[in-house]
Amino acid sequence: MEPQSPTPRLELIGISKQYPAVKANDQVSLRVAPGQIHAVLGENGAGKSTMMKIIYGAVQPDEGEIRWNGQAVKVASPAQARHLGISMVYQHFSLFDTLTGAENVWLGLDKTLSLAEVSQRIVKVAHVYGLDVDPARPVHTLSVGERQRVEIVRALLTNPKLLILDEPTSVLTPQAVDKLFVTLRKLSSEGCSILYISHKLDEIRALCHHCTVLRGGRVTGEVDPTLETNASLSRLMIGAEPPQLQHREPKLGAVVLEVKGLSLPKQDQFGTTLADIAFDVRAGEIVGVAGVSGNGQQEFMAALSGEDPRAPANSIRLFGSDVSRFSPRHRRKLGLHFVPEERLGRGAVPTLSLADNTLLTRTENVSKSGWLRVAQVSQLAENLIKRFNVKAGGPGAAAKSLSGGNLQKFIVGREIDANPKLLIVSQPTWGVDVGAAAQIRGELLALRDAGCALLVVSEELEELFEISDRLVVIAQGRLSPSVPTAKATIEMIGEWMSGLWPKGGVLAQEVTHA
Amino acid sequence: MLKLEARPQPSQAMSLASPILALAITVVIGVILFALLGKDPVRGLQMFFVEPIKSGYAWTEIAVKATPLVLIGLGLSICYRSNVWNIGAEGQFVIGAIFASGVAMQAGPDTGRWIVVAILIAGVLGGMFWAGIVAWLRDRFNANEILVSLMLVYVAVMVLSYLVYGPWKDPKGYNFPQTITFAAATKIPRLFDGFRLNIGVLIALVTVALAWMFMFRTYQGFQLQVGGLAPAAARYAGFSSRRALWLSLLISGGLAGLAGGLEAAGPLGQLTPYVPVGYGFAAIIVAYVGRLHPVGVVFSAILMSMFYIGGELAQSRLGLPKSLTGVFQGLLLFTLLACDTLIHYRIRWRHAPRPLAPPAASSVQAAATPKGA
Amino acid sequence: MESFALLVAATLNAGTVLAIAGLGLLINERAGIVNLGAEGMMLVAAIAGFATAVHTGNDWLAFAAGMAAGAVLAAAFGALVIWLNTNQYASGLALSLFGAGFSAFVGIKYTQEKLGDRPRFEIPFLADIPFVGPAFFKHHPIVYLTVLGAIGLGWFLYRSRGGLVLRAVGESPESAHALGYPVRRIRLLAVVVGGALCGLAGAYISVIYTPLWVEGMISGKGWIALALTTFATWRPARVLLGAYLFGGVTMLQFHLQGEGVQIPSQWLSMLPYLATIVVLVLISRNATWIRVNMPASLGKPFFPGS
Repeated sequence: MEPQSPTPRLELIGISKQYPAVKANDQVSLRVAPGQIHAVLGENGAGKSTMMKIIYGAVQPDEGEIRWNGQAVKVASPAQARHLGISMVYQHFSLFDTLTGAENVWLGLDKTLSLAEVSQRIVKVAHVYGLDVDPARPVHTLSVGERQRVEIVRALLTNPKLLILDEPTSVLTPQAVDKLFVTLRKLSSEGCSILYISHKLDEIRALCHHCTVLRGGRVTGEVDPTLETNASLSRLMIGAEPPQLQHREPKLGAVVLEVKGLSLPKQDQFGTTLADIAFDVRAGEIVGVAGVSGNGQQEFMAALSGEDPRAPANSIRLFGSDVSRFSPRHRRKLGLHFVPEERLGRGAVPTLSLADNTLLTRTENVSKSGWLRVAQVSQLAENLIKRFNVKAGGPGAAAKSLSGGNLQKFIVGREIDANPKLLIVSQPTWGVDVGAAAQIRGELLALRDAGCALLVVSEELEELFEISDRLVVIAQGRLSPSVPTAKATIEMIGEWMSGLWPKGGVLAQEVTHA
Repeated sequence: MLKLEARPQPSQAMSLASPILALAITVVIGVILFALLGKDPVRGLQMFFVEPIKSGYAWTEIAVKATPLVLIGLGLSICYRSNVWNIGAEGQFVIGAIFASGVAMQAGPDTGRWIVVAILIAGVLGGMFWAGIVAWLRDRFNANEILVSLMLVYVAVMVLSYLVYGPWKDPKGYNFPQTITFAAATKIPRLFDGFRLNIGVLIALVTVALAWMFMFRTYQGFQLQVGGLAPAAARYAGFSSRRALWLSLLISGGLAGLAGGLEAAGPLGQLTPYVPVGYGFAAIIVAYVGRLHPVGVVFSAILMSMFYIGGELAQSRLGLPKSLTGVFQGLLLFTLLACDTLIHYRIRWRHAPRPLAPPAASSVQAAATPKGA
Repeated sequence: MESFALLVAATLNAGTVLAIAGLGLLINERAGIVNLGAEGMMLVAAIAGFATAVHTGNDWLAFAAGMAAGAVLAAAFGALVIWLNTNQYASGLALSLFGAGFSAFVGIKYTQEKLGDRPRFEIPFLADIPFVGPAFFKHHPIVYLTVLGAIGLGWFLYRSRGGLVLRAVGESPESAHALGYPVRRIRLLAVVVGGALCGLAGAYISVIYTPLWVEGMISGKGWIALALTTFATWRPARVLLGAYLFGGVTMLQFHLQGEGVQIPSQWLSMLPYLATIVVLVLISRNATWIRVNMPASLGKPFFPGS
């Protein structure tokens, strides 16, 4: 630990917050020194968001004290937080798409300046910190990286003494992350404290001076990340070494999915157009699709699953037959099953029971005339619960009563249990606790060994490297050539995520400001 | 202070209790209204809640009033569960009555009883046709079904007016706006002599059973509901939202048309400008108060009928305005919506969060004296 | 020529009613709330205004009464929909149904009442210009205020910070909340102001436009006003134009009847409603166009702290 430091810029003492089903923060304490880049490390669901919302005034703690520069304060609202000098850049940006960058920033500031003055200041600040931003453009025309810059500029214009960044790099390529770090180090050197929320160990070790680790709502450690290893941080974060998965050599079979010339214009102004996507997946292998969020994964998945029926004829072939225009039900009959990234609302209906939710994709218990065999439906749900170790109140429990991890186990299990020939999974372990995540990945590998073809889309590069046999990258609606995982490196995939793969030279200039 | 706190699971108990609570609040407001109007509240409540169920005859009257409410309410329940907002049931009712009357007017003194079946089928087709327009405009042009179905109500009433003042006016009717009285063969058969109860009640009960089976035991019914609860999940599952739109509108339109046919060929026996009495709108409340569930619809239809009959009694015996019925019906829906929040939220007393003891000289001391909530 | 000038005048008059209600609903919907209770609010405001005019003989008090009635009902609706997060469509419908019953109930005593001679207004000099004078310069002050109101609302929405905040709330209440704006209070304000305007429209109908009280006299204008906001893609100037267009269609039927055109009156009476359907169809055909212009949070519930 460091020697006795000056008065902390921000101090949390014994903060607790209880929600109906979970204690999000349990006697949490935190000390951030002036000018310090302080990481808050924890898995999804560890309590980081709640803690930030409390600091930022969006949520009130049930007990505990907050001190600002040594003084006890009550942060009753985000406006008060801003007054103190606390500024936040959100993970899922709080920007208004139909307004310009300048108008968005103006809304984030108190009333004293005019719109024109704000525009001028934006340009000035952006220049000082090396952030490329055009204030006159409506936000919906900006790329994800540009939007984040607007968010950051908005925060900077409030002259913050403490800047909170919530998972800022989940939407950036590795190269853009480096540029962000330059900005943050400059801020830190000027005396602004930075709270950096993340679960990415490499970044924390590269950037941060100090780190508080959260697990299950409690602080499990306060360390200097430059002195730690990924393994030791991991242990603090999840309580144990990450479990090792069995990885056997793939036994390749016939081509199951063949995609060629898949081009799809975007359906709304905020979407991504798919351009000439081509690849294939064989039985007995897992193909992983890497990519920064917002580069066409949604549209790609929708075209493959059948939720978007507009794919050009013959662009998608399953076992040689053209399924490009088939509905999801038809594709399922042919053996194509899909697990979407949204659980509640898409993969399952929140207010319906688990039994009812099996009927979304499993129609074995529906008679030819359309009659539901209710007892058998319930039995199927019961079987899934047992086989996949789902913690639920029984087949009659509402889907929304399950935790994220358990619901994901149920949904993934529902599709695996259908004995698919091709399983497509989008974000298999997002928001899922470590144990469930390991179980899910294990199931996917087992399915592969049994001869199924799998396509996995994920924003977690480590996960893809762990389970995939081959990797492709999606960037700006285009797909890279595939590379065996053994021959790929994180740097290479990082470059590809900016569109810089061989034969993709055309994209290079479009993507410099990702 | 009072705060609303989200429940982890929706409360089954409140789901059943909420309509009762809403009714209680409506009754309380009713009592206040009676008092303000200078009438004895007890007598007022008696008119609405005791008189309509006092005798066997009274019950048959309730059944007669409730039949169209149940039929339309069942259709609307299916529609609303699919998130298709058919507000034009009144118009579909009227057009159903018109089609049914068109067939009824073909009957002569020698026509057989089978014509009743033809009349009712015509009613169903009329309602389906009118609702089909709404479905088509939404399917093809993405036009909002709430506004279109509502506009069509006004249009339907105009069409009725045109017919009874014009081409369908009874030449021997002393220039009153009404059609000929339908031939005896067209009368919907009564169940018992001396009572107005007719087979419409049986049709309604059968429809209740069919609606229940459709909603809860068929895959198509399941698909409709998923479409209403989570459209993205319905797309994921591959359920056709187009089919859901057409099916729910045709079903609710057909049932409303059937109710219209039963009214025209039953109690009315002819077509007049007074066919639209607001059943199509009251049925919206019936569907909601009945929790969009077939059994619930039956109970809430009975309740609504009590409001209607009570309103008539209150007018004839206490001199209270008949429009009280409308006030109560609207109030009931309003209070129901408010009470429904209790299904998903709890009311709690919350104290503002208490901080620790005032800052001591060192943070160590403060940390050593934690305070319970 | 004379009759055409009167037709134009009547169109402006009829359109004013729809415009006031439409502008009020526009404010609502810009904040993300759809209030299907417009018809009910206008009915209650109509009887409130009429009764006040009968008892006090003062038109402006009557307008105030109408606005107050609309505001109170809108506030009840707002409390339900904004704080208890009830379904906006169902709650609005409940309000309309309640308003229909309640106005009929209260209005029983007033069905035979008459108001005194309605005042005549003229702008000196301008009213004497042939054709243009009777067409444009002999209107009730409310007609002119409505035009000013539309212009003012346009300025407010697109040139003032308040309008920017309102639009932001309507597009993403979550983001506005994250920035610290009191989203629920802003929405309630929008709903109440919208209700007051609908109330003004209702009172104008019963006190100036057709000075009498009959059960259900609003005859669907509240619903047409709702269609109008979609038709106008939520812009004040377009609401005004659309309202006059509808006013024109309504007046057309009377004009045709007056000219002795041999169409049964019922078909002519259908014109405004059929016109509404046609307009809805035309504007809704392009789903992307609607999505781009519609306040993104329209109709959806907002849960702070989620």
